[in-house]
Amino acid sequence: MRIELVPRVEPKAWARALAPVAALIVSFAIAGLVIWGMGRSPVAAFDVYILQPLTDPWSLREIAMKATPLVIIAIGLSYCFRANLWNIGAEGQFIVGAIFGSWLALATYGTDAGIWVLPFMMILAMIGGALYGAIPAFLRVRFGVNEILTSLFLVYVAQLLLDYLVRGPWRDPMGFNFPQSVVFDTAATLPAIAGMGRVHIGVIFALIAVIVTLIVLGRTLFGYRLRVSGDAPRAARFAGFSQARTIITVFCISGGLAGLAGIIEVSGVLRQVQPSISPGYGFTAIIVAFLGRLNPIGILVAGFIMALILIGGENAQIMLRLPLDLALAFQGLVLLCVLSADALVSNRLRIVRARA
Amino acid sequence: MSKTDLSASSSPKSSSGEKLVALKGITKHYGNLVANDAIDFAIAPGEVHALLGENGAGKSTLVKILYGVIEPTDGEIFWEGKRVEINSPVDARNLGIGMVFQHFSLFDEMTVAENVAVALTDLSFNAVRKRLKQVSEGYGLPLDPDRRVWTLSAGERQRIEIVRCLLQNPKLLVLDEPTSVLTPQESEGLFETLEKLAREGRAILYISHKLEEVRRLCRDATILRGGKVVASLDPRDNSAREIAALMVGQEVGDVARLPKARGHDEILQVQSLSMPARSIHERPLRDVDIAVAAGEIVGLAGIAGNGQSELFAAISGERPADEPGAVVIDGIAVGLKGIDARRKLGGAFVPEERLGHAAVPGHGLGDNTVLSHHAIGGIVNSGFIAFEKARRMAAKVVGDFDVRTPGADALARKLSGGNLQKFVVGREIVRGPKLLVVDQPTWGVDAGAARVIRQALIDLAAQGAAVLVISQDLDELFAIADRMAVIHEGHVSRLRPTGEWTREAVGLEMMGVAPQDAH
Repeated sequence: MRIELVPRVEPKAWARALAPVAALIVSFAIAGLVIWGMGRSPVAAFDVYILQPLTDPWSLREIAMKATPLVIIAIGLSYCFRANLWNIGAEGQFIVGAIFGSWLALATYGTDAGIWVLPFMMILAMIGGALYGAIPAFLRVRFGVNEILTSLFLVYVAQLLLDYLVRGPWRDPMGFNFPQSVVFDTAATLPAIAGMGRVHIGVIFALIAVIVTLIVLGRTLFGYRLRVSGDAPRAARFAGFSQARTIITVFCISGGLAGLAGIIEVSGVLRQVQPSISPGYGFTAIIVAFLGRLNPIGILVAGFIMALILIGGENAQIMLRLPLDLALAFQGLVLLCVLSADALVSNRLRIVRARA
Repeated sequence: MSKTDLSASSSPKSSSGEKLVALKGITKHYGNLVANDAIDFAIAPGEVHALLGENGAGKSTLVKILYGVIEPTDGEIFWEGKRVEINSPVDARNLGIGMVFQHFSLFDEMTVAENVAVALTDLSFNAVRKRLKQVSEGYGLPLDPDRRVWTLSAGERQRIEIVRCLLQNPKLLVLDEPTSVLTPQESEGLFETLEKLAREGRAILYISHKLEEVRRLCRDATILRGGKVVASLDPRDNSAREIAALMVGQEVGDVARLPKARGHDEILQVQSLSMPARSIHERPLRDVDIAVAAGEIVGLAGIAGNGQSELFAAISGERPADEPGAVVIDGIAVGLKGIDARRKLGGAFVPEERLGHAAVPGHGLGDNTVLSHHAIGGIVNSGFIAFEKARRMAAKVVGDFDVRTPGADALARKLSGGNLQKFVVGREIVRGPKLLVVDQPTWGVDAGAARVIRQALIDLAAQGAAVLVISQDLDELFAIADRMAVIHEGHVSRLRPTGEWTREAVGLEMMGVAPQDAH
């Protein structure tokens, strides 16, 4: 006996729309079973994971802050993924963007520099992320090297570079030998939104990224170009779209947005450079991009859901003493379920019994 | 021949009482679409039976059901009088059904013998090699077992597929559009092989659009239209025109050639164009010269894989040349320019592959109009696409070229082959191009659509455009071309008026035997 995937002639539109919802329900169910197997109540876990964060204003604000980098990175990734290019290295581009931006913050530290510092930090971060993203793109275009591998490997390079800077040249001389930089001046710190607690204006950048991308992908020739390049590369050539230019451009956009997210996280949340500045945002954003169907609004919703799971995971660690690894496993589970749901929307299962 | 079935060969027609395979009430639904609607037909041993129909008539569905690739919604299959379930191609082969698909499933990097051996796991490689030689010689299908597939012509590749089937000693051999890649001489060789197989008592199901072939080869034909059997007849008792009318459900007229004033301005000039191959799967182009004047249709004949796609890419600008003067459009050297620059000069291009090259399968017709129109104005304003305008233009193409679609802005892959081809040709014609280059304009297209497309090409030339048609279909070229040349191994022969060519001369050039050399 074997199981076959038979392509459906006419995948249902409603099935396609509901697939992520079904995927979430299935992953909740599986996670519930695991928690039950660990001897805890799945109902209590659901309450702590999902319901409590949603009803508590403090948690909601934390969710908004966690969702911000996820959404900005995932929006950038959606440009790549739509063109069928696999940028797995957003984590590295996030870090390099943070390094570029932080350089200006540290260079102007204590100099009484004006309000120009913050915008320039952001621009530098985007340039840094874009350049770092351009490396795998260039290698792919020039030498045909698989961008999945190079972009992933460059994550580790970026992490080690950051580690070196924080332990070496950028270490705070008055910091008791802790591997961290000085705390940024106010001029280099992303301001909070009035009345929203710690929530900084980075949230607004995320919303702008969503709206601009909605227009670019839906209405412009550039968005059209990405769709054609992703769906039918030969048709893209027929349309006169250079594949090399498409690859370089989307990796720069994707890297630039990841870099922006990096500096927003450092100057808005951490306010100093530390050896680790991301709990894997660049990887989680891949899940966000797919859970959101590569659609900007979908990504906004998906970013919120993934942030909810992260915050809920922290709560569960404190209140139910469930390991934080469970939250990470849960993220992977969500991606697996989303991809499986997609496969089942466009294919149906057929069980073929082999005859003796 | 190791085996001859005398009972069948002595009286092939009278054996109709003992059917080899019979289909009863075969029905296949895809959602609301009925691909096969209660189809009945049967084939006797020793019979060469034709299955005719337009694209989308349900032929492929029926054949795939017979070969166990898809499951019918309803209906029964009887094999030698017994009811059978065919759940997979393995079942089909075990019964004795061999299938030669339209698109070959061969490994290019492997040798002929290796390709055959992978399908026959129960024989040793040496045994396969020996039987391959016996069978290929016995049936007039010459093959060198040790050649690598990528070095072979399409006709030779087809022979591998056929020999691979014959090694399994099938009782029924199914061939899907087998001559679409063959020269006239190769086709004739294939017919002789098939007749030999039929004389041995094997049944042959022959799927084709080419009516003359069917009349030459078959005494029984089943005609499908819209998923139903509309006629079962002896094709020799009916004219090709009558059969075509049954297939498309309306009278098919010949293309009308208009008297026209042939211009003297050369719109397209290809001059000493050479292109190296970028991979072993490409043909290098060698010193190609072509000139197409305003108002004429130039036809380029040739067997698939002799550099047609490479030439199309070089003329369209999908792959620019090394010399600016290698391609000249309307007096301007564009050899180094891309496809959009050439479109702006009045060029329009239709590649061979409809899905994935000329059109994006999962996009609507409006979006697919943007594909070749975004560079030439009207549809894109400062980076923004006027989708409404694109959809209106698509609707105009649909109306003008009688494209039948399941919906106003249907996805390209929802259209049948013929209708999509009418759309991609029409899309280029509506803009009123000065130059149209078409690669295989009616490949795998039904008779009705082919007529619409050929007429559109003739009308376009009559309005003063230069038209270059690359085609494997000699009937087509003789019907529409003013001048013709043959492409062989990346080189194009001298252009001569169509009246100076004979089919035989074209066939010889297609095989690389130039008439002057043959003497």
